[in-house]
Amino acid sequence: MDSRRRILDALRNASPPAAPAPDLSRVGVRWDDPVARLTDAVAAVAGKLVRVPDRAGLAAAVAALAAELGAGRIGSAVEGVPGRVDLSAISDPHGLEGLGLAVLPGAFAVAENGAVWVSGDAFRPRATFVITEHLALVVSVRDVVHDMHEAYRRIAFPAAGFGTFIAGPSKTADIEQALVIGAHGARSCTLFLVG
Amino acid sequence: MGAPPGTLLRARPAGATWQTPPVRAALFVPCYVDQLWPGAAMSAVRVLEAHGVEVVFPEDQTCCGQPMANAGLAAAAEPLARRFLEVFGGFDAVVCPSGSCTSMVRNHYDPFLAGAPGFDRLKARTYELCEFLVDVLGFRGAQGRFPHKVALHQSCHGLRELGLGVESESTRPKSNKVDGLLRTLGGIELVPLARADECCGFGGTFAVGEEAVSVLMGKDRIADHEQAGAEIVTGTDVSCLIHLRSLAQRDRKPLKFMHVAEVLAEALP
Amino acid sequence: MSSLPVFQGGHPEAAARFVENEPRTHWHDQSLWFVREKRDRAASLVPDWEALRDAAAGIRAHVRGRLPELLEEFERNAVARGAKVHWAADAGEHNEIVHRILAERGVTRLVKSKSMLTEECGLNPYLEARGIEVVDTDLGERIVQLRHEPPSHIIFSAIHLKREEIGELFHEKLSTPAGLSDPTKLTEAARGHLRQRFLRAQAGLTGVNFAVAETGGVVVCTNEGNADMGTSLPPVHIACMGVEKIVPSLEHLAVLIRLLARSATGQPVTSYTSHFHGPMPGGELHIVVVDNGRSRLLADPAVRGLLACIRCGACLNTCPVYRRSGGYSYGWVVPGPIGSALAAARDPASHATLPFASTLCGSCDAVCPVRIPIHDTLLGERRTLAARGLIAPGKRLGLALVGLLLRSRASYEAAGGLLRFALKWFPRFLLYGPWNVWGRRRELPAPPVESFRQTWRRTRGPLPSPAPRGKGSPGTSAGGSPRG
Repeated sequence: MDSRRRILDALRNASPPAAPAPDLSRVGVRWDDPVARLTDAVAAVAGKLVRVPDRAGLAAAVAALAAELGAGRIGSAVEGVPGRVDLSAISDPHGLEGLGLAVLPGAFAVAENGAVWVSGDAFRPRATFVITEHLALVVSVRDVVHDMHEAYRRIAFPAAGFGTFIAGPSKTADIEQALVIGAHGARSCTLFLVG
Repeated sequence: MGAPPGTLLRARPAGATWQTPPVRAALFVPCYVDQLWPGAAMSAVRVLEAHGVEVVFPEDQTCCGQPMANAGLAAAAEPLARRFLEVFGGFDAVVCPSGSCTSMVRNHYDPFLAGAPGFDRLKARTYELCEFLVDVLGFRGAQGRFPHKVALHQSCHGLRELGLGVESESTRPKSNKVDGLLRTLGGIELVPLARADECCGFGGTFAVGEEAVSVLMGKDRIADHEQAGAEIVTGTDVSCLIHLRSLAQRDRKPLKFMHVAEVLAEALP
Repeated sequence: MSSLPVFQGGHPEAAARFVENEPRTHWHDQSLWFVREKRDRAASLVPDWEALRDAAAGIRAHVRGRLPELLEEFERNAVARGAKVHWAADAGEHNEIVHRILAERGVTRLVKSKSMLTEECGLNPYLEARGIEVVDTDLGERIVQLRHEPPSHIIFSAIHLKREEIGELFHEKLSTPAGLSDPTKLTEAARGHLRQRFLRAQAGLTGVNFAVAETGGVVVCTNEGNADMGTSLPPVHIACMGVEKIVPSLEHLAVLIRLLARSATGQPVTSYTSHFHGPMPGGELHIVVVDNGRSRLLADPAVRGLLACIRCGACLNTCPVYRRSGGYSYGWVVPGPIGSALAAARDPASHATLPFASTLCGSCDAVCPVRIPIHDTLLGERRTLAARGLIAPGKRLGLALVGLLLRSRASYEAAGGLLRFALKWFPRFLLYGPWNVWGRRRELPAPPVESFRQTWRRTRGPLPSPAPRGKGSPGTSAGGSPRG
């Protein structure tokens, strides 16, 4: 008998009691001012939130950020924001080492915790979001959801794919609980909230 | 049921009887209180009688069996649980100056007594002293003065298993029956601890089986009480107090230890 | 990674050694209490925290009742999205499967993100013995890997180490300057060092925080981004999961993700919460589903609730015993309250001291995001140990004797009297002999002149015998509102 069968049989024979599907009606949080809450939440995860009044101003805002960070190689998967590095032409992600700033589109931002949902369908190669020295995410102000419950209602994986919630830059507190910003992923994360 | 809240009751002299006592309660005295810290039980009697309770002491009681049960020795604990039910079943109320022993009856007797006649009634009517005063007698009012700096040591079973207060881990609004009772005493200053409800490290046989950690946990609690400026450490469980006092005495610390009942009794006008 | 230290005395002996260094123990205790406090603050900011815990406990109980069908659904959906699903009945098979996947592809350089399951299975030494370089990429994990030590905490692997010690380690292994102990600079050095490993890796292995049956995906949460670096650069991703990690659908994931980081580190969410559905274009995703004793736990009503654990570590941070004894005192990959309960459930004989490494204070229950009744489970395991004769004979006999004495009033009162007599009259050298463990660092209580019952009899007069089983006399009120 193969292990798959053995395991499934063992689990069946364990006869745990059936328990009803849990009631999820009592969970969830709504904010009076989700954008204000998002701003606080992004700061709490060591990110930065920058308001941009409209799409037209985005390219300039990104350029200003890049200058501030001293980021030379910029790769962008956001329409209207040019990048010196053509991400779509990169076949080997190893070539992204040294990328200074990656600008990626976020599908929505979560007010509860400052996380931004970035779908793997919106950019390639996948490594871009984590190998880059600095990260910028672009989200429309209309795409701010209250909490993770609302967030997951907007997510589906009908086919193969990848998606990640990104909340601020990479970080660690593994040495004496001292918080250090910038572990293996981006050293900074700026959320451009457009509109 | 009991005296209306806020009524100032006079202490009842030993030996006197009420014509129609509002409540009759059987006193459950933990074995180690009986033998090693009887003042806690005497004070509990005084406090209960001051609130118009007729206190009965069923002398056949011995021990609730907690040390045996907590060591996993169900066979040794079961006869004691049955004895307890025999001795105390049928009283309107059973009151105990100990959180852990009360919790033994309400929360840990099921493996031994589930289904036994009178057991559910016993569980429903067994109270720790402070919760009896607050929940049953509706006691809210000031009962005398206790002008001292006091730290409340929150014994674990009373706090987390009986709900004598809202534990620090919880996000529910903080409240505490024991703290509430103490605060009504005139002149008392309840000093805040750095860790409101960390375990003292007694834990029954843990005190001996894991002596090193037990001692360090106790010493850390004492250090917390000291840094808070406490003169007197009080709590609902003599087991915790004996453990802490034993450590304080060895290290010659001036901290005094009193059971909550003793504090309330001393304050009685 | 070296294997865990094997010690005869169990937890008490190991803990006593740990506690000998009191300042260091206080430092360790304070570090973990700090994390507990962060958790408290994070929880207090979530208005529906208690409702979330209720929902999470409900999800885990529901999942336990449907594991086979959920796992089959997961497999169908994962395979439909191009992943390969492997099944490992035990640790040995898990290691063989992982090795085979790597060997078939000529992989000799593997990067790994944190997985307690792979620790449980002893994967690292297994692979290393077969010529595969395994680099743990979580910073804490890398630190203990370089020191040839196991992790001492399931989230903060190196919480037992001071920055100076890490500085010395990095000086030796990473050529950082001698005396450098600043966490930011040490982390920067680790970033550079591990960067090279990520870029050279031929495969990446991760654990799985949650697996979603409805979509066939696996979810990995990190703050460092190491799981994402390790799975987006090399073309092969191996994800190892215990059978209990499954959740039915994305809506259930929301509940657990909201609880996980807040319980583990006090953050609202980890920096990265990555959802892998099928491989990268041109890559491979292998999911290894592992039993290794979980089905046996599921079969035992007394311990099946332990399978709800989401490995957040909150119970470790709050446990006053773990904080003062450290992760190496438990003799199993997962220490602390949940580790004690799991180890004793899996192998009571080898871990007989663990259910007793607890005062049953209940703090663990109070922080557990999925409401596992940990301290009640530990108490139940004590009963199991006693029933199997795994309690030290001296302790068992001593307590049984006490139990006997307590069964009659006469013997109880006599024993109590004897105790008080001894406490009062025995000379100190007799009372505080080496046999008196209590007396090593504590005074024995000074005995009162009379016991309570002696005072009662003296002041209230003798009661008619036998003592009445008084029912409430007619005319008295009902004596308060009975509970229940």
